[in-house]
Amino acid sequence: MKKLLTGNEAVALGALEAGISYASAYPGTPSTEILENLAEYKDEVIAEWAPNEKVAFECVIGASVAGARTLFAAKMVGVNVAADPLFSFAYSGVNGGMMLVSADDPGLHSSQNEQDNRNYAKFAKIAMLEPANSQECKDMVKTAMEISEKFDTPILFRMTTRVCHSKSLVEIGEAVKPTKKPYVKNLQKYDLVPANARHLHVKVEERLKKLEAFSNETELNYIEWNNKKVGVIAAGVAYQYAKEVFGENASYLKIGFSYPLPMAKIKAFAAEVETLYVVEELEPFMEEQIKAAGIHCIGKEKITNIWELTPDIVGKALLGETRPVIDYDLSVVPNRPPTLCAGCPHRGFFYELAKLKNVMITGDIGCYSLGGSDPLNAKDSTIDMGASISMGHGAQKIFNRFNENMRTISTIGDSTFFHTGINSLMHVVYNRSNTITCILDNRITGMTGHQENPGSGFTLQGMPTTIIEIEPLVKALGIKHVRTVNPLNLKELKEAFTWALELDEPSVIITRWPCVLKKQSEADKKEFGNYFGKCVVETDKCIGCKACIKTGCPALQFNKGTKKVKIDESQCVGCEVCKQVCPVKAIKRVGE
Amino acid sequence: MSDVKNILLVGVGGQGTILVGKILSTGLMDAGYDVKMSEVHGMAQRGGSVSNQVRYGKKVYSPIIDKGQADILVSFETMEALRWLEYLSPKGKAVVNDYRIPSAPILMGKNDYPEGVLEIIKSKVPTTVIKAAEVAKEVGNGRTMNIVLFGALVKGMKLTDINWEEAIRQNVKTGMADINIKAFNAGLALVD
Repeated sequence: MKKLLTGNEAVALGALEAGISYASAYPGTPSTEILENLAEYKDEVIAEWAPNEKVAFECVIGASVAGARTLFAAKMVGVNVAADPLFSFAYSGVNGGMMLVSADDPGLHSSQNEQDNRNYAKFAKIAMLEPANSQECKDMVKTAMEISEKFDTPILFRMTTRVCHSKSLVEIGEAVKPTKKPYVKNLQKYDLVPANARHLHVKVEERLKKLEAFSNETELNYIEWNNKKVGVIAAGVAYQYAKEVFGENASYLKIGFSYPLPMAKIKAFAAEVETLYVVEELEPFMEEQIKAAGIHCIGKEKITNIWELTPDIVGKALLGETRPVIDYDLSVVPNRPPTLCAGCPHRGFFYELAKLKNVMITGDIGCYSLGGSDPLNAKDSTIDMGASISMGHGAQKIFNRFNENMRTISTIGDSTFFHTGINSLMHVVYNRSNTITCILDNRITGMTGHQENPGSGFTLQGMPTTIIEIEPLVKALGIKHVRTVNPLNLKELKEAFTWALELDEPSVIITRWPCVLKKQSEADKKEFGNYFGKCVVETDKCIGCKACIKTGCPALQFNKGTKKVKIDESQCVGCEVCKQVCPVKAIKRVGE
Repeated sequence: MSDVKNILLVGVGGQGTILVGKILSTGLMDAGYDVKMSEVHGMAQRGGSVSNQVRYGKKVYSPIIDKGQADILVSFETMEALRWLEYLSPKGKAVVNDYRIPSAPILMGKNDYPEGVLEIIKSKVPTTVIKAAEVAKEVGNGRTMNIVLFGALVKGMKLTDINWEEAIRQNVKTGMADINIKAFNAGLALVD
């Protein structure tokens, strides 16, 4: 039977068919749905959200050493967080097979940089597989497990947004009952003290040689002979683009096992074709190695390493072909940027925050990064997960040292705080700065589509669990000044900011209100009640001052003709932020 | 060289383009085509512009549609049609929902909703304009607007031979199948 699956769904299915019994990850686009789909197979797989990728990776190492087949998944920047255990696990090797999915995001659809994680395979000296469609995503999981166990290596399973989120046909196979290898205590292998690790490096180099020999033999790297005037080497979705452009007019060396590269096979292929192209998205990962092996090829001198590749970019670069397009003036179409939802608990917070003077607002990764957009404009930076707190600390120290009248305010979500914010806040306490940390606790991981986290009360597989409460946690870290406020109440927010700015010690403000899109748990219902309703503008009272528009709520529209504001009732949930902002009390709650 | 057809569905996050993409690809797959569908998840759900790309034929390689390549552009919102028009082939056609969702800069009064969008598109390619919201209301459920547009798309692409009722049933909740099929048929009837 065939099914139309995304690459992520196919990986989950592949894990089921490969007997994987443990998986862990932290959500991150475009990787999130791998664990979400795996979590459905409750009888076969333990699937867990970890607070961050380093923890997830180490849990997976433990499960592999104990003897299970295992999977770790992250978006590309998440692999950075897990890089520490990755490089050492590359030395120790596995017991049960282990693959780490790196879901890269060329084009930065929802990421803060465009790093090419194929480099991790070379850097950590481990094997790499690159599926080019959903069928390969599924099949290669099983292959990954076999290679991992045979060669004693973790596998970098490299995907990209278009492989993760595109659907294509997949032949469904049989699920297998997971088994486990026996656990054998082996200090020489798993105890990476220098005396052992030194010898393991020798093994790693031997392993690379064996893997290269395998790379030359395996059918994962195959040649399609057509016209020999042009030869193309490509992997992943770039292979699909090359096929789209050249069709039968070129021969292909399709790379599925992409580290170590099959250099002997490449040499033989290169010898047969007149012109050799290496078609790669992002960095010249294969090209540099091929050139270093003394093989002439054409790659990045023609094809850009910036942003996502498309067939047209390849066609234009290599064949000079351009496609006719409709000629019109696109500039008349206004932008449609993503916005905080109507009723989002972050809106009131950023609205009040934006009023503060002489502050540097360090942001973080999550929906609340939209607090920096027009019209709220309450943000100075976003770097990486957890950075708001530690960056804020560094900046505050310097402002204080140089006697500048500036305060830093760090804004971070609940899930991001659990991810790496805790360590940063520990640093703030330990090193005595007076930053203001605002933890926007919307009771769920929002941006990636509502994943449970250590504060939400449920595990990925739906088990009720201990809620880690943020207020006692930050107090235990040594924060003496903590306030929990309702972010829908602007007065409460304003008072909290004034209070915190007067302190000469670090403080934490927790805004606690559920994401407006969250399916509320019983605990949420009990705590927050049913607050949903509607607000309306009493048109005769509205003076057209646009004060409410400055909250950036998508349910509010200013009519330039009538100079009045209207609330879209289909979007309004009755959060009443606009009502509090209106200077003439023209907004009321329906039924009041 | 290729027999591959390209359908581009565009709109605003939350309008149901993804469901239409699902039904479309289910039907095409059952009809024996190779199908690839591409969508971008993530921040789009916060009211941003969204696209869903479906390619089908004997053998499909790339999952994405390039500029100037779509055979049909189905826009669930009016000005989104103009934003994505550069992806439509000059030989293609457009189905545009006469339905405005102002974006943030328009809501704030910084920009005006562009006038004359439909006229611009009509001057470039054969265009069917549909008031899908009204049709959906007449059918009995305003939320089936996306399926009305789907019906128009099926007719526009001459894909009426496929068993779409079955594809709809596979992809919507059981209780919602009949009303969606009704909306689908209403959409079919809107295109000659």
